[in-house]
Amino acid sequence: MDSTIKKNNGAEQASLAHRAADATFATDPIPASPTIRLAAAGGTLPSIEKIRDDFLKPITPGNFGKWSRYWVIGLAVVMAWGLFAYIYQLRTGLEATAMRNYVSWGLYIATFVFIIGISHSGTLVSAILRVTNQEWRRPITRSAELLTAVALMFGGLMPIIDMGRPDRVLNMVFFGRLQSPLVWDIVCITTYLTGSLMFLYLPMIPDIALAKKRFANTASKSRLWIYDKLAMGWEGTPEQWRRLERAMRVMTVMIIPIAVSVHTVISYIFAMTLRAGWDSTIFGPYFVVGALYSGSAGVILVMAAFRKIYHLEEYITPRHFDLMSKIVLALTMIYAYFNFNEYWVSAYKMESGEAPLLRNLFSGGYSTVFWILQFGTVLLPIIILATPRGRKPVLATITCVVIVAGAWVKRYIIIIPVLLHPFLPMQHAPLSWTNYFPNWVEFSVVGGMLAGILLVITLFSKFFPISSIWEVEEGVHVAQRAAAGLPPTVASHNGKDHKHTLAPAIEEAFAQ
Amino acid sequence: MGEEKKTSRRKFLTLTVLGGAAVAAGAGIQKAFSANVAKAASDTTAAGAGGASAAADTASVGDTMKVLTPTGELLEISKAHAYAAHHAPVTNEEARIGIPGRRFVMVIDLSKCDGCKKCTVACQKMHFTPPDREYIKVFEMQDSKETGAYWMPKPCFHCDNPPCTKVCPVNATFKREDGIVLIDNTRCIGCRFCMAACPYSTRFFNWGAPEEIPAMDNIPYTPEQGYPRRIGTVEKCDFCPDMIREGKMPACVDSCDMGAIYFGDENEDAVTNSNGDTVRLSTLLDQNAAYRYLEELGTKPRVYYLPPKNRRYPEPRIAHDASRRTIEG
Repeated sequence: MDSTIKKNNGAEQASLAHRAADATFATDPIPASPTIRLAAAGGTLPSIEKIRDDFLKPITPGNFGKWSRYWVIGLAVVMAWGLFAYIYQLRTGLEATAMRNYVSWGLYIATFVFIIGISHSGTLVSAILRVTNQEWRRPITRSAELLTAVALMFGGLMPIIDMGRPDRVLNMVFFGRLQSPLVWDIVCITTYLTGSLMFLYLPMIPDIALAKKRFANTASKSRLWIYDKLAMGWEGTPEQWRRLERAMRVMTVMIIPIAVSVHTVISYIFAMTLRAGWDSTIFGPYFVVGALYSGSAGVILVMAAFRKIYHLEEYITPRHFDLMSKIVLALTMIYAYFNFNEYWVSAYKMESGEAPLLRNLFSGGYSTVFWILQFGTVLLPIIILATPRGRKPVLATITCVVIVAGAWVKRYIIIIPVLLHPFLPMQHAPLSWTNYFPNWVEFSVVGGMLAGILLVITLFSKFFPISSIWEVEEGVHVAQRAAAGLPPTVASHNGKDHKHTLAPAIEEAFAQ
Repeated sequence: MGEEKKTSRRKFLTLTVLGGAAVAAGAGIQKAFSANVAKAASDTTAAGAGGASAAADTASVGDTMKVLTPTGELLEISKAHAYAAHHAPVTNEEARIGIPGRRFVMVIDLSKCDGCKKCTVACQKMHFTPPDREYIKVFEMQDSKETGAYWMPKPCFHCDNPPCTKVCPVNATFKREDGIVLIDNTRCIGCRFCMAACPYSTRFFNWGAPEEIPAMDNIPYTPEQGYPRRIGTVEKCDFCPDMIREGKMPACVDSCDMGAIYFGDENEDAVTNSNGDTVRLSTLLDQNAAYRYLEELGTKPRVYYLPPKNRRYPEPRIAHDASRRTIEG
């Protein structure tokens, strides 16, 4: 490592001179990252070889152990059962579900909103933390982006599953009306899916090239072929790095407003109706914050899972849990504020349309679930995550499981009780219309969807490194420079005014 | 050179004449053929279409009637062969535009409604809907604890600012020029967004396969009649446009024994009920403190209610039965 720093001394001097007049350089704060603190404290940083070994080990061909097999087979069985239930629903019609004429939207739409909410994880961790140059994001960006992309793929299927006539889905293309919030939904979700897939894929290119080289002799032909095609001829030249970083910068900035628009538009499906309980202007921001809150909790879950399963304790440290939990805490508090507003403002007035609904939620049939949600999944996480002990890996993970499960139930509570309290009384209606609880078909299909998300994430992690290897290496390099008292960024080789953290050191390492 | 030109010109003329003759012959054959087909079709339509066949039922062989064909021939045929032809259905495009020059409106006099639900039953018979599907539903309403209870029949309001048509992603439900909101169940994708958007619980969904009515099998589909109903699509009260085109009233209006439902045209400023009382719409609304249900939602319904003042029939029992209070929905 020392040799690489010495090699660049010439360039360093030039850049230092170049930036002599730059006053902000002197006050550039050293990014607070675990690796940098470790370096500053004189501890040993992992070498590039070690980093690669650790992250490439899980995807080594032939590394598909017994438990992996059980897990994948189990998920496949659940998915197959979900598929069977869906085919049954296709043959008998939506009568196979428990939805009827009052509760005409049920578990499917609730799960749709929930899954799209989870998909905000990638935006938060990847985009926002990149834009703010948070060093500690490096090991967790890819798993967060993966969660986003997979959640969007499956979430986008939910409305089709909920449709009465999926055979006519192309009508939305032929006869689509721009005035309908559902069409806005489709536009935003497909844009977000495309964007997040690109956002996932771009940083993967150098790693795929690395994997290709590493497993050139051990992987199967087809796998190498896939790696080859996806690596797109990556060689690690400075020009390619420059292009990659520029593309990533563009995507990072673009994906944030797209993500905000997605959940806003989903909230409009409810907020653009006149129903008591939905006819509220708070829904847009409320849903976006709710999505970020559940999405960031999802990131902690994914982070914890991969840390445990692939033994990445050296890279995903307790400090990652601490920082991510603080983000979840902040978002939970903002979400609690919106939540409080939504119910308190209505409850104070007890307007005639909303009064029966609010009574049901506060003291009626749904009160148990409602109050457990408010105290258990909103207040309790705030209390737990506010303490340093609560932000330790185990406790934080458990809290986030509660948060994610609670987010799912909360979506259900937003949708079904409102449908059970229309303006006109439900008189002389069949019992199946006035009571709703999802039946086996709905649970099976939703279970199949969730299993599908987990399965795709698992399979991905078996074929592609679950962290961005080059970014972790870059982080180590930044840490070393910080420990040596040098600025974290280097002017690029050809003198163009372009900040370039990935110094020649890593490029050379890749070229080896 | 000249020789060649002459022959080529001759060739050209020959070909033109032969070609023209062939085209003329073909057209002639086709015309004759299609005339036969048309004749055959009109025969079967007249003879076989569903609909009332009262004339054939009661006529004996000897009874004859005179009919005029579209080509101007006057024929005398046996009444036994005459079936009332079903009204020719309008095309999808015409159904989306509506009956020109009309603006339909309904007025329901709540002081006359006795809650007999004959309107519901007549509508179900007309549309072949099952008993749990009430396009026009009679509610027992009581606005507040101390005010009187009353019966309120509620059809689709065919709003002028319809929340349902706004949100349909495929334009399967649409508002026509004559004010009627219809559903095209060949285009509906079953997303049920319109059902979520309607604040009046007006729409129904075909969760399962609807019952098939063999007698109606030959009717081509038009949104104005809504038959055949299809699985996975939405349906609702449609103000019976097919009846209106035949000069009749919607089924609910006709069947009301109390004459509580008036139906008519805003442009003509006249509404009629089942008793044949035709009144000026503007006077009726003006003199009877007419209102629209949940006016404050801004949907601009086309159904007006006359308040249940001087109610002529007993109120629903809910007023004195606290357990069946419906104030709170």
